[in-house]
Amino acid sequence: MSPMAESATAAPPAPLLEMTGIDKSFPGVRALAGVDLVLHPGEVLAVVGENGAGKSTLMKILGGAYLPDSGRISLNGKETRILNPVDARRGGVAVIYQEFNLIPRMTVRENIFLGRERTRLGFFDRRSETDEVKRIFERIGVRLDPEAECGDLSVAQQQTVEIAKALSLDARIIVMDEPTAALTDQEVERLFEIIRDLKSNRIGVIYISHRLDEVFRIADTIMVLRDGQLVGARPVSQFNRQSVIEMMVGRRIENEFPKREAETGGERLVIRNLTRGTSVGGVSFSVRAGEILGLTGLVGSGRTELARLIFGADAADSGSISLDGRELRIRSPKDAISCGICLLTEDRKTQGLVLDHSVRDNFGLPNLSGFSTWGFVREREESEALAGFVEKLRIKIPHHEEVARNLSGGNQQKVVLAKWLQRDCKVIIFDEPTRGIDVGAKYEIYTLMNRLAEDGKCIIMISSELPEALGMSDRILVMRGGRIAGEIADVPCATQEQVMHMAVG
Amino acid sequence: MAGNRGRMGAAGRRFIADYGMIFVLLLLCVYYSVATLNVQYPTGSEAARQVVAECRERLPSGDAALIVAHHGQDASDFAREAEAGLKAAGVEVAGVVLGDPSALRLELERLGAAGRAPKAILATREAAEWRLIRNIGEILPASSGVSVFCPESHRWPDFLKRNNLLAVADRIVVIAIVAIGMTMVIITAGIDLSVGSLIAFSAVMATRLIRDAAGAANASAAGMVLCCLAAIVACGIVGVFSGLMVTLFSVPPFIATLAMMLVASGTAYTLAAGQSIYEVPASIDRLGRGTSLFGLPNTLILMAVLYVVAHVMMSRTALGRYVYATGGNREAARLSGVPVRRVILFVYAVCGALAGLGGVVQTSQLQSGAPTYGLMYELYVIAAVVVGGTSLSGGQGKILGTLIGAFIIAVIQNGMNLTGVESYTQNIILGLVILAAVLLDKLKQRGWRLRGGESG
Repeated sequence: MSPMAESATAAPPAPLLEMTGIDKSFPGVRALAGVDLVLHPGEVLAVVGENGAGKSTLMKILGGAYLPDSGRISLNGKETRILNPVDARRGGVAVIYQEFNLIPRMTVRENIFLGRERTRLGFFDRRSETDEVKRIFERIGVRLDPEAECGDLSVAQQQTVEIAKALSLDARIIVMDEPTAALTDQEVERLFEIIRDLKSNRIGVIYISHRLDEVFRIADTIMVLRDGQLVGARPVSQFNRQSVIEMMVGRRIENEFPKREAETGGERLVIRNLTRGTSVGGVSFSVRAGEILGLTGLVGSGRTELARLIFGADAADSGSISLDGRELRIRSPKDAISCGICLLTEDRKTQGLVLDHSVRDNFGLPNLSGFSTWGFVREREESEALAGFVEKLRIKIPHHEEVARNLSGGNQQKVVLAKWLQRDCKVIIFDEPTRGIDVGAKYEIYTLMNRLAEDGKCIIMISSELPEALGMSDRILVMRGGRIAGEIADVPCATQEQVMHMAVG
Repeated sequence: MAGNRGRMGAAGRRFIADYGMIFVLLLLCVYYSVATLNVQYPTGSEAARQVVAECRERLPSGDAALIVAHHGQDASDFAREAEAGLKAAGVEVAGVVLGDPSALRLELERLGAAGRAPKAILATREAAEWRLIRNIGEILPASSGVSVFCPESHRWPDFLKRNNLLAVADRIVVIAIVAIGMTMVIITAGIDLSVGSLIAFSAVMATRLIRDAAGAANASAAGMVLCCLAAIVACGIVGVFSGLMVTLFSVPPFIATLAMMLVASGTAYTLAAGQSIYEVPASIDRLGRGTSLFGLPNTLILMAVLYVVAHVMMSRTALGRYVYATGGNREAARLSGVPVRRVILFVYAVCGALAGLGGVVQTSQLQSGAPTYGLMYELYVIAAVVVGGTSLSGGQGKILGTLIGAFIIAVIQNGMNLTGVESYTQNIILGLVILAAVLLDKLKQRGWRLRGGESG
């Protein structure tokens, strides 16, 4: 035994949670191989790793959603078997998933006490519930009406409701899966304050995030997973951004954003006065051949809405779209696709893929006209085309019939990409192309965007991540309140502050 | 190599996942085959041919034979055929007895008195069971040397008799045809409750058109076909209407088609003035009762053709893929350029038209049209689709699975009839079987774990 380990065992506080040698396999994949995890009271442990590294699986085991194949779990030094979510809850574990488990048409209080309503003499004891909710909100410094309907709350507010629910369950361990994915910067600050409060209450927080700058700000310990194995777990002081990325990817990354020789040609896509209700108002701009146009702004500034108008997913009230000098009549996505415009939606799971169908079916969907004669699909040709993309984009799937739901976020995004690349579109709109995708896959997607631009295509990239927008775009448009608030032509000299200034107004 | 085996295994798993219910169907068939195992013997002219052949082989030439048959159509067929057969073979026919044992006794005594006692008796199975024939030597010592030929029996399940199997198919054919359309609708995550009423509507409309416009009982074949086509098209239009309600106004399919169910049924009663319409040519039964190729019923051939076409469409064409994608994730499908509205209109139109065809088939089978046809059929049709493994939440399901589902229901009903289960009890059992089939499917999906899926 090394002296380090001895001193560790001598440390007095028993860990809140100790997972040792956790193994978990799914058909064809070893999701976790002998992973250890230690969490102390009042510690924020950040678990980082690429998509598919096993973070979610590990947390699902902790939350009782999956059973491990082998390994031990100890809570407060006592070995415990977590067979289902109820066991996890009894053990003081609360998992806040990316998709919240709140019922929109119920109030904050009702959601917090869902399934364990307090009663007195057989009647709901609303007052006692309200008092409890208020006490918890006070404890974490939140001002929210317990009688507000959850559906009316912002994402950040819903998140605090989830946290309050965890606390009302006496959770000692709170797992947060990508908690800041849909939050504004200000809301992130509020969340961090809450997390610090939790720390001072000796609650252990497991924080899963792709956003490394946040991890460095809030975490005490960083644990890196790669391909289902623990690469390392150390105090945050022993890491820097570069070293974490290298551990996640398993190789050195020179540059987060690949370089490209910018050679933009003439204007191809010209948008004039595009308007829809209050969400998009009189937007005009153009995209050149071989240009990557960054489109940024705060959430709700109308970026996604604009993209949907160009793609025909929503109907525009007025305005015109022309491509290569020809005015287009776009009334549905089908029209846009046949004109050579495609949209990679922000939300892959609900809009990009038919999750329960195979990769091949998803890949073929927009391409069937090209793969069929007299309406009959030439399946071999379709499979061969898909095989080409699987290799080119390095999509990790066991076979073409694999159900899309079983793929990691990065692989799902690659499948969506493949289906549009097959169509050879002239205009490709990426809406948050790297959201929820790991560093390695991000780099691959950036490289691909560059290659598409080099082929003379028009690329519109919507991004909330300013480093990404600045790193990838040739030109950036900033939206605010459904209008273009400003344009940054000289991207290499621009700063994040400059962009934010335009976005906020 | 390993990859190859993996693919084979995956293909096998997919087959079981898609068509696992076929094992249930086979199991049911085996069960009812065993349960209805019975002594079988040929009747009528077939029996006569067998008996004559045996008689020619074993009866010394020059001997006379007596033909004995009980009452009834089969028996007289037997007698006629046997007499002709014996004459053709050069065997002398001493006489033909049609009736009961006393008649035979009189005849034997008469022949004996005339010195023309027969050396052989050719009897139907029923007649051979008579005590007089079984113990002929004791009862009539004069005829003790006579040899008795009767059809040979063998053991064979009633269930597997050709006529019974055809009856099973006949019973299910309307439900199975309509279930094709229903499968497509359910795969798009919809439902069509109007099919039962459309069967009635189509039957009434077709027969009323024939009666009023095509010359009633003297209608020409072309006239009848046109009238039936008109009824089918009308039902298709009703389907399109439901589809428009669903796509344009986002009316839930359950409600839209529930409304059409009432409308169609009411219209059928109005058109028929609440009566059955019988004024149609008898030849209208060509479709419903006629046979073609190898003596297979036309309805069965029609059903098979429709299933093949639908299966190919759903599994091999772009349209089929669109139907699945629309049900799997309507928004993702739309954003992939799938014309989801047209796809939904299409499936409701097909479902309506097939219900119309079902009504025409029913009309042809019963040679009349009545507004009471198709009652509760929507539920049997949905049951067939669900038992066949199609998920009501859309995006999943197989056309051939539905055929299996339809046959499971038909086999259970038929088997219960054969084994003498009371009809009220039959409904109870059928309901439980449908539930069991779906439970089995769910269990299989989650890998035979009893606990799983959602917990808590």
